[in-house]
Amino acid sequence: MRRALVPLVGRRFATAALSLVFVVVAVFAITSLLPGDATDSVLGQSATPQSVQALRHSLHLDRPAPLRFVLWLGGLLHGDFGRSLLNGLPVADMLRPRLHNSLLLAGASALLAVPVSLLLGITAAVWRDTLYDRGVTVLTLGLVSVPEFVIATLAVFVFATRLHLLPALSDIGGVHTLWQFLRAFFMPVASLALVTLAQMVRMTRAAMVDTLSAPYVEMARLKGVGPVRLVVVHALPNAVGPVVNAVALSLSSLLGGVVVIEAVFAYPGVAGLMVDAVTARDVPTVQACALVFCLAYLVLTTLADIVTIATLPGRRAP
Amino acid sequence: MAGLATGGARGAVPSAVPVAAPVRGGHLRVAGAVGSTAETLDPARLSMATDYVRGHMFYDGLTALDDALVVHPALAETIESDDLTTWHIRLRRDVRFHDGAPLGAADVVFSLARHKIPSVGAQQYMLARTMDTIRATGPRDVEIVLTAPNVDFPAILAMSNFAIIRDGTGRFETANGTGPFTCAEFVPGIRTLGRRNAAFWGDGPFVDSIELIAIPDEMARHNALMSGDVDLIASVNPRLVRMVQAGGFGLMESPVGTYTDLAIRLDTPLARAPGLVEAIKCLLDREQIRRSVFLGYSRLGNDQPIAPESPYCNHDLPPAVHDPDRARFLLRRGGFLGERIPLVCSPAALGSVDIAVLLQYAARRIGQDLAVRRVPADGYWTQYWMKAPFGFGNVNPRPAPSLIFEMGFASASPWNESRWRDPRFDAMLAEARATRDDARRRQLYGDMQAMIKGGSGVCIPNFTTSLDGYAPHVRGLRPSQAGQLMGYDFARFVWLDGGGA
Repeated sequence: MRRALVPLVGRRFATAALSLVFVVVAVFAITSLLPGDATDSVLGQSATPQSVQALRHSLHLDRPAPLRFVLWLGGLLHGDFGRSLLNGLPVADMLRPRLHNSLLLAGASALLAVPVSLLLGITAAVWRDTLYDRGVTVLTLGLVSVPEFVIATLAVFVFATRLHLLPALSDIGGVHTLWQFLRAFFMPVASLALVTLAQMVRMTRAAMVDTLSAPYVEMARLKGVGPVRLVVVHALPNAVGPVVNAVALSLSSLLGGVVVIEAVFAYPGVAGLMVDAVTARDVPTVQACALVFCLAYLVLTTLADIVTIATLPGRRAP
Repeated sequence: MAGLATGGARGAVPSAVPVAAPVRGGHLRVAGAVGSTAETLDPARLSMATDYVRGHMFYDGLTALDDALVVHPALAETIESDDLTTWHIRLRRDVRFHDGAPLGAADVVFSLARHKIPSVGAQQYMLARTMDTIRATGPRDVEIVLTAPNVDFPAILAMSNFAIIRDGTGRFETANGTGPFTCAEFVPGIRTLGRRNAAFWGDGPFVDSIELIAIPDEMARHNALMSGDVDLIASVNPRLVRMVQAGGFGLMESPVGTYTDLAIRLDTPLARAPGLVEAIKCLLDREQIRRSVFLGYSRLGNDQPIAPESPYCNHDLPPAVHDPDRARFLLRRGGFLGERIPLVCSPAALGSVDIAVLLQYAARRIGQDLAVRRVPADGYWTQYWMKAPFGFGNVNPRPAPSLIFEMGFASASPWNESRWRDPRFDAMLAEARATRDDARRRQLYGDMQAMIKGGSGVCIPNFTTSLDGYAPHVRGLRPSQAGQLMGYDFARFVWLDGGGA
């Protein structure tokens, strides 16, 4: 049985790679469809037909789009993301520090959100239909309906502007100690965790409720298995699949879907970089960001799928 | 960060004393309103407000403007011409670049000539093309021959795009200029860190270091100031002025020559019938725009582009009045009344959406239908600006009237928003540039303003007043006509009370 896992996982990786290619082509095609190009944002209001023409030529934007794509792809295969059309810097150099920042923020948020939501979800399922369960449900539904910019802006207003407890900006450059890290990251991490929390709690609760009402759990309970052992050993392994998928989906949004949080806390991450790049039609940077987001998404969902496959009841047979 | 106060006992001067000597030391954190990965250190390409700040921090021009737009020599010791066509520039002695190299004529020739190379993507390509030849005539002497006489050439050289860089500079990962700060760190879209240039040739700077970031999100920028994360912010929203002042923060109002204008293209069927432009000018309620769009932070415009503070402003022109009855009469006579006229506005042109709505409302009351079309800021300047027959623009101040006239109203200008063509105006512009007599030039500029008001299709309802907010310990800021943040040049003047200790 275990041997069957390998081709399954292999096939999963192959489809992931295929989606990656599709995304890269799609993103290039869509950015080509946008009106205007990078020369417009470099020259702005001062553009004249001659200067636009000359700059387009020097940026190779006058070449046909398919050729530009092939050249870009060729560079990518050599590990070269190309250079930004705006400032001529290598895209990799612009991306690296921001990716580091984004991963830090996403990691910290995940570290807070995942355990808390698992705990809340499982306990809510165990004490189903009690006052506690209702409280958790109302709280999570409430959180999922409040946009993140409201949470973040309110937090800044209360903790930074009024109480002066925390900095309003997450100035990553000034972080040298753990205390500074906690102070700078508390608000963005808490805002992000609150938004991602809700979905994970709901999914975990639903999956656990399903499993807990299965006949085999009832059987185990009748046989006298204690509540903790019942949940952790008997029920949880069978709820892992949907829970892991919910977690993966929530986490993948932590990288690219945090534009608002980055804007509110002036935090230099990848999401803001991509928005900037799209606005300025800086295609190589857009491509690199899209690639990173897509890769993160694929890695997370593929991992979740593998975990699901590996924990299917049939496969766990000794 | 502890500062070094070289002012001795004066470092403790209480803030109530009106004139205090600047104190050295401290770290200043500044947040601009626009910033992205398009930020650059290449003087030729500077185009955003934060770019201009960097330009003034790290570089110097041959000349500089003061807060009343008067030109002074900077890196140039003298700048002279007999015929206003051939200009002789003698450079200041003992100026060094940040890498230690002395400033020489070759640096100036390189810095100015590169604007004419199309692939540089220079913002001032059109102005640079008026410099026919640029050559060194000695180690400290440069001769520039223009294509036509221009008395305002020294003002052109004060634009930060024409800042001087080291001969042969091809990359701009960092800045090697002569300016008051050296570039310690520059990450486009993230932050810029400047350290005091101890070898700076001029007065100042006073603070030890300046950290410049951009916070495009308006609320976040104000919060950063209010919570003490930054000391100075650009572009305070007039709606938040009361909050900023109630928190004990300072507000600097700069009477800049920026304006949002409504241009009617005279080459479209729309404007062929007479009276439309005048009718729209009559419909604009400038006082209402000042009060409700700019919340009082603007000055009334009179459909000509010279700001009221300028010594060249023609105050004898009859002020534009809000006259719906006359507008109705003109529109009826022109056969427009009741016809649907599309009007394009966008957040890209400051305040234009609100002005459009006010105009629409005023028009509706006399039975005229204006179809307001609000388009996104993204791509506005290339897709809509000057293409729509009836739409808004936003014009930044330029250091001399001739430059404003040249850009927006000369027949040959690619940025002639209303496509107004008047050979007499072009001839007067050329004459004004070729005359040294200030009184004669003032006369010409005055007449030209009358011609713009009477003939062009551009309506200028207001000049916007720029607002910057600062923490109580920030000193040395003065409003300037040259632009926000002291004409983007606050870095060398600003100081911190108590040295920022």
